[in-house]
Amino acid sequence: MQQIINFLIRYKIFLLYLFLLLISFIFTFQSHSYHQSKFLNSSNYISGSIYSFSDNITSYFGLRDENNRLVEENKRLRDKLFNNILLEPSKIDSTTIDYEIIRGRVINNSYADQRNYITINKGKNDSIFQDMGVITDKGILGIIENTSGKFATVQSILSDKSNINAKIKNSNHFGSLVWENTTDYNVVQLIDIPRLVPLTIGDTIVTGAMSSIFPEDIPIGTIKRFDLDNSKSFYFIDVELFNDMTNIGNVYIIKNLNRKEVLELEAETEANDQ
Amino acid sequence: MINSTSFLIVLRFILLVLLQVLVFNKLNFFGYINPLIYILFLYWYPIKQNRTTFIILCFFLGLFVDIFSDTLAINAAATITIAYLRPTIMRFVFGVNYEFQSFKLNNSTKAQQFTFLALLIIIHHLVYFTLEIFSFSNSLLILQKTVIVGISTLILGMLFSTLFSSKKE
Repeated sequence: MQQIINFLIRYKIFLLYLFLLLISFIFTFQSHSYHQSKFLNSSNYISGSIYSFSDNITSYFGLRDENNRLVEENKRLRDKLFNNILLEPSKIDSTTIDYEIIRGRVINNSYADQRNYITINKGKNDSIFQDMGVITDKGILGIIENTSGKFATVQSILSDKSNINAKIKNSNHFGSLVWENTTDYNVVQLIDIPRLVPLTIGDTIVTGAMSSIFPEDIPIGTIKRFDLDNSKSFYFIDVELFNDMTNIGNVYIIKNLNRKEVLELEAETEANDQ
Repeated sequence: MINSTSFLIVLRFILLVLLQVLVFNKLNFFGYINPLIYILFLYWYPIKQNRTTFIILCFFLGLFVDIFSDTLAINAAATITIAYLRPTIMRFVFGVNYEFQSFKLNNSTKAQQFTFLALLIIIHHLVYFTLEIFSFSNSLLILQKTVIVGISTLILGMLFSTLFSSKKE
């Protein structure tokens, strides 16, 4: 007994080191599944407040660019309005709409890591929950991962965990959007497109209809380069993003009002199948 | 005297975390170079202090940076590793005389300070990027990031340590 205690006292620093290392490994590896750990993220109160304080100061430097982008978007929407592409206003009420849009602001952005997260200034109090889609005026950005009262973190499409249903515009050939070459933050990869699909460099890639997170036809990017993968039966496509991931200000969070129904139906079908 | 030392340590802790997350995490020089400047905390930490407190402090230092930058607990793991290895590194760099009462970092030569900081940075970055990338098929990427980010941290670290060192008599 004496020897055990002596041993513990003698190696207490080393044991403390091992203990703390174990804790950090647990924090790190428990999240290798789909979702990040619940409290180790920048959507909590303290870091959220500090980031929004710093954003309050730095956002002034980008106001002109931000305004230009908003005017550009207004112009596009007005084009649609004057050409009567939208539905009659009287038809839009809460029983017929499928998606609700909430606006938010990025208060912290990263794009240089393997798994990038973006912090935004809207949270549970604004009825934002996990697995809602986030887009900008130019295209897709990511999916809500964690929320606190006033803030939320977004898993960016620049993450090796990200996997989003996407397709080639004006066709129904769909594949998965992933980020494999994790050093280039302007380019993501589209995989699982069969080789008989005709492709051209410059084709537009948009979100597919398979997802219960994003509506169909949200722009993602254009084809930069394509090649067959190892199995020689699918394409491996480099997609250049429309979004400049280094410069993001205002974002829109998309709430799919039918998501619960879709998921329940799918779960029920799968359960009956077995 | 003890109070003023502790106060200095706490102040350094807070300032380095804020500096790291508000300035250096957003630098993205050449796309991915973000110097991990907060490890200067370990460089400046007094030598004659309780090692237990030191390792625990370093754990929280890493954890705070992690929380802000959404990196799980990678920074914490890398930081406690160099915190644990620090006495070994110091013995290697400064020889036995660092154990004497009168030893101070400012009294050592520039070359020694440089080696000390460089060793801290190399070990820290190696652990950090290994955990971040976490696949041996990408070991070249791990080494590349360790070297390039390490050099940037080293340059900035030397600048900061020169800027804030107390004057020699």
